[in-house]
Amino acid sequence: MTAKDLAVECREVVKDFGEGDTRIRVLRGVNFNARLGELTFLVGPSGCGKTTLISVIAGLLNSNAGDVELFGENIERLPANERILFRRKNLGFVYQQYNLLPALTAAENAAVPLLAAGVPRRQAVERAKHILVELGLGGRLNALPTKLSGGEQQRVTLARALVHEPRLILCDEPTAALDHATGETVMGLLASNAVSSSRAVIVVTHDSRVFHYADAIAHMDDGQIVKTESQRRAERAVVNGVEVSVDEMETV
Amino acid sequence: MLMNFVALKMLTGDRAKYLGLIFAIAFATFLLENQTSIFSGILKRTGSQITDITDAQVWVMDPKTEYFEQTKALKDTDLTRVRGVDGVEWAVNLYKGSPVARTMEGRFAVSFCIGIDDATLTGAPRKMVLGSWERLREPDSVVVDKAGYVLLFPGEPLELGRTLELNDHRATIVGISDASAPFVSWPVMHARYSEAVNFVGRERTQLSYVLVHPRPGIKPGDLCARIEQQTGLRARTTNQFCWDCIVYYLKNTGIPVNFGITIAIALIVGAVVAGQTFYLFTVENLKQFGALKAVGVTNWRLIGMILLQALTVGLVGFSIGTGMGATFFEIFSHQLATRGIILMWQSVALTGGCILFVVILASILSLRRVLVLEPAVVFRG
Repeated sequence: MTAKDLAVECREVVKDFGEGDTRIRVLRGVNFNARLGELTFLVGPSGCGKTTLISVIAGLLNSNAGDVELFGENIERLPANERILFRRKNLGFVYQQYNLLPALTAAENAAVPLLAAGVPRRQAVERAKHILVELGLGGRLNALPTKLSGGEQQRVTLARALVHEPRLILCDEPTAALDHATGETVMGLLASNAVSSSRAVIVVTHDSRVFHYADAIAHMDDGQIVKTESQRRAERAVVNGVEVSVDEMETV
Repeated sequence: MLMNFVALKMLTGDRAKYLGLIFAIAFATFLLENQTSIFSGILKRTGSQITDITDAQVWVMDPKTEYFEQTKALKDTDLTRVRGVDGVEWAVNLYKGSPVARTMEGRFAVSFCIGIDDATLTGAPRKMVLGSWERLREPDSVVVDKAGYVLLFPGEPLELGRTLELNDHRATIVGISDASAPFVSWPVMHARYSEAVNFVGRERTQLSYVLVHPRPGIKPGDLCARIEQQTGLRARTTNQFCWDCIVYYLKNTGIPVNFGITIAIALIVGAVVAGQTFYLFTVENLKQFGALKAVGVTNWRLIGMILLQALTVGLVGFSIGTGMGATFFEIFSHQLATRGIILMWQSVALTGGCILFVVILASILSLRRVLVLEPAVVFRG
């Protein structure tokens, strides 16, 4: 692995919440890498610090110690405005609760990152529609979020994460609110549409049924990465109703 | 600019909340404009008999006179003394009394009786509904205002030639005027000075006011000062005397307190309801703002979005409320009892200022929550 391949590099990252007696250390010297062209899963029990870690990686929270580099840039050292611009240009988000704007149509929701970047409205919405069509939502472009199923909403969120062609996509439990079949569909779309040689995808998940999509899995517990596995992503195969997902795995 | 589209969609997306905000502001606007205009209209009535007389620019009266209805008769020689002041082009007498007017059918009402100069008819009502003020030259004639006529002859058509008794003196109606409504809803009668004093009953002195017109080039205010200096009487311009009446009623009646309370309640209720609704609207959308922050929308852009939302609801609500107010006054300004009470532009401007203050305050309170919002909130389930 070369530095050029690294999209995210976390070194000894510490994050505390609260003050004085109520201070809680959530991240305890985390070392974590994510490479371009890979789908990296961040897994672990509830409360182990997964969401805090991706919030720090996204520059939405500041760490108390350690370094977080995205594409060789220490995001925490950037002035506030530059950090926002960096995030706007380089990051896409997929959330467990979708966080779609209820008043906007599917296409308008997907276009929000482009609108925030100053792309003219018509152009932004056209680009968003194109991606939604690729994700199989061609017939729901003008539907409001309340008229969409959970899987459809998550696909809109995925389109919103992809529309501005970011270099890193952060997904927080993207399948947690979906049934297994829909979750599989969403993960399949994520794996086939989001991952490219110039982009990294980090997925926080509990859902072991989708682990076979991962190129690498970082196991987290009690605020630390306790194990990292890299695997060649399997072609998804189902034989007599049984998934065959992992064909090669290396534990670090 | 592009995010303005998102801001407006967020605002109007939830119809119930949007309409709630609009109507809170619209009703606050209506209440404020309504109460301030009625308040001003009622106070204007205290000087309406002064402003109705457009011939003269200066009023001369007893030094202790504070408002129109409070008169202490001057001596007849005071008229001559005023005429002698340098700068006076002409001066005429004016009488004001309050006889009881009684119809042949027995209906009666206390009335204002304005006695105007016999020779020139200065001070006669210029806006006539029926007949002519020049017919006041006929013996035992009066001009009565339309509202007074309707009060004395309810349900009957406007008609000249009817007779009245003014304190047992017979008088014939020779004209019906459109005099401005007085503070109390009494009929307003105009008659010649010599007859008006007979209607009311002669006293030792009769002269209520001297109406004065300055020579060309002499300012009314300057002439007032000269008259006061040379005669010891009180002299006020029409505008000053009108304001004297308003100030007197403000100081000596419960009107400002009563209206003040209503206006304050309208302001507080409007501010609280509109402010609270807008604040809750923003707070309920915090996660959406967090999502926008996460994708790289700056705090300045969010401030712009929230201010745009606030100004939009403020402008739409204010416009609807002003429309309601205009409709209200359009309907009621044609009623005799409420004639002359109109939606004043000053009320509209004042209310607009108040509404702007309320929505800006509500947005500032909301903005605080949005600005301190951690965008990481979007990752919380």
